[in-house]
Amino acid sequence: MRILIIGATSAIAHETAKCFAKDGAEFFLVGRSLEKLEDVGNDLKVRGAKRIETYVLDVTCLDRHQQMIETAITTLDGLDMVLIAHGTLGDQQKCQRSVAETMKEFTTNCTSVISLLTILAGYFEQQKRGCIAVVSSVAGDRGRQSNYVYGAAKGGVSVFLQGLRNRLSKSGVAVVTVKPGLIDTPMTASIRKGLLVASAKSVGEGIYHAMKSRKDVVYLPWFWRPIMLVVRSIPEAVFNRLSM
Amino acid sequence: MSFSGKTNQPRSWGRYPTVTPAEVRSVYWRSELPDLAHFEQPLLPYAYGRSYGDSCLIEGGVSLDVSHLRRFISFDEAEGLLCCEAGVSLADVLELVVPRGWFIPVTPGTKFVSVGGAIANDVHGKNHHKAGTFGCHVTRFRLLRSNGERLICSPYENSKLFEATIGGLGLTGVILWAEFRLKPIVNPFIDMERIQFSSLDEFMQISAETDQKYEYTMSWVDILIGGRDLCRGIFMCGNNDQSSSLASKKIGKKLPLTVPFDFPSFVLNTFTVKSYNELYYHSQFSKRVHKVLPYEPFFYPLDSIHEWNRMYGKRGFLQYQFVVPFQDGFAAMREIIGRIRHSGEGSFLTVLKTFGTIQSPGMLSFPRPGLTLALDFAFDGQKTLRLLDELDEIVRQSGGAVYPAKDARMSAENFQAFFPRWQEFSYYVDPHFSSSFWRRVSHANTLAMV
Repeated sequence: MRILIIGATSAIAHETAKCFAKDGAEFFLVGRSLEKLEDVGNDLKVRGAKRIETYVLDVTCLDRHQQMIETAITTLDGLDMVLIAHGTLGDQQKCQRSVAETMKEFTTNCTSVISLLTILAGYFEQQKRGCIAVVSSVAGDRGRQSNYVYGAAKGGVSVFLQGLRNRLSKSGVAVVTVKPGLIDTPMTASIRKGLLVASAKSVGEGIYHAMKSRKDVVYLPWFWRPIMLVVRSIPEAVFNRLSM
Repeated sequence: MSFSGKTNQPRSWGRYPTVTPAEVRSVYWRSELPDLAHFEQPLLPYAYGRSYGDSCLIEGGVSLDVSHLRRFISFDEAEGLLCCEAGVSLADVLELVVPRGWFIPVTPGTKFVSVGGAIANDVHGKNHHKAGTFGCHVTRFRLLRSNGERLICSPYENSKLFEATIGGLGLTGVILWAEFRLKPIVNPFIDMERIQFSSLDEFMQISAETDQKYEYTMSWVDILIGGRDLCRGIFMCGNNDQSSSLASKKIGKKLPLTVPFDFPSFVLNTFTVKSYNELYYHSQFSKRVHKVLPYEPFFYPLDSIHEWNRMYGKRGFLQYQFVVPFQDGFAAMREIIGRIRHSGEGSFLTVLKTFGTIQSPGMLSFPRPGLTLALDFAFDGQKTLRLLDELDEIVRQSGGAVYPAKDARMSAENFQAFFPRWQEFSYYVDPHFSSSFWRRVSHANTLAMV
């Protein structure tokens, strides 16, 4: 099993990778910090990974995507799976005051993902097998005043994936949209958490199983599916009176 | 695995006392460490809060949560040498190494402790008489000091700081990672023998017979029976099973139970404890029982009940573990058991064990040759505190010690008598570090006042 992980130092990606490491997978890990990539890589190696390669990249440099993916393919001699897991939880208030801030959030959470997927789709379509999984979010299911910039970026990714799945299903390539709810990770450290918070470990295991069984859309934990069904079906006139 | 009971406010396992830090700061990466000198308040590392009292807490200080430093670094499978970040739990270690034929050299009664905490408390286990403490198996670690130094400490490098940090209660700096030796096993099963005993004399006799034969020994005891026998109980001893045919046998996973809420405080009282003891003692019909069982129920019977500390209700409880030397210890043990029985305080879980002679490198290490007894008492205000003060006196006169990892109340005077190297130790305490425990016990002038 040869896996490319983009955003490999994220807590969710690491937890997913731990499961694959146990199976003896080979990894190409991409992230911004070499030190963190090495920390994660060493951990995966101890846990059973057969091979670890690291690649330092800021995904907002879109013009470097092609080169990174080519390097991953040649280094591992092909790819069986991809997990795209990078992201930032931007400051909604800051975004509302600044176009630059909003665009920055969009580049990180949406356009960079679309750029990567466009390149990867061609490779996988030609290979006619494999699995592409992307960490989107329940926030992309409906825009809410508290985080609609992040939500819109993730929503864009979710719709893009929907179309891509439709296209690649003809070539036997699985496209998995992962929609986590609130997870206890460094990214959400500043958010006050209630009952519904899940551990990165349980979400990582969920992603692993979804990738292995080539699911289409998974909510993690599962209870977010009915919750978001309700949230999506509230009429706009009612929704506007709520502050969510 | 979620470590239940962990909330934003750091708490200790006994849930007494309640201590509020000024700030909780999480550390996520070794490459992104905060500048420790920049904090105005004193610091203390914290992970899973499995110390019982206030040694892992700091009132008004900065609690440095290192539980996210939870990555393995290297594993030499030929030598059994494991290196990992300090927030890795022993449960994480077991999950990794047991299927590969290795085991933790020394394990406490719960696997939900961090490696850093196991070093800082120099924890011991059922094999103390054969293997010493956890610190005896640590080959080196890296210590972050508030002046920014990141020192490798081992018996050969910064050796004094190595000795101070083992059993050093987190006061000498932050352990970032540690390397320690594992022990080889053939399979994950334990050959166990359970022997009923009906007096302290009989316990001593069984202990003398079994200590050489068995790697692991400990006893559950009932100290509320009164009379000349002092206690009765069940002596449990075991060895790692040696048959290779069991190596591939699958162990069924049991879902852990969770205590869902704080029990009302009347649930645990002398009557219920006595009834429980009666039932438990007689649950074994013959004098000796042989059994082969997986390692988890043998080492970690309480880990199968998450948040069992809630059985004591909101008031919390105090653990009390002491050791008394073999020579004068018998009289001291007799006096202590008598005192507890008369106080009417019941201890739900009481554990008796002998410590061996293997010396730990730790300056403040608790175990020393003798008899050790661990009890827990529901917190009942001044009454409980007074009883424990009385017990401290007896322990002190016999030349024993009380375990800091489980303490929330011992006096400075007694601490300094229990740990004669405390002044030497205090030289290595990081000037920016402290704990609620340390503030209480390190008053230098207390001895002079007496």
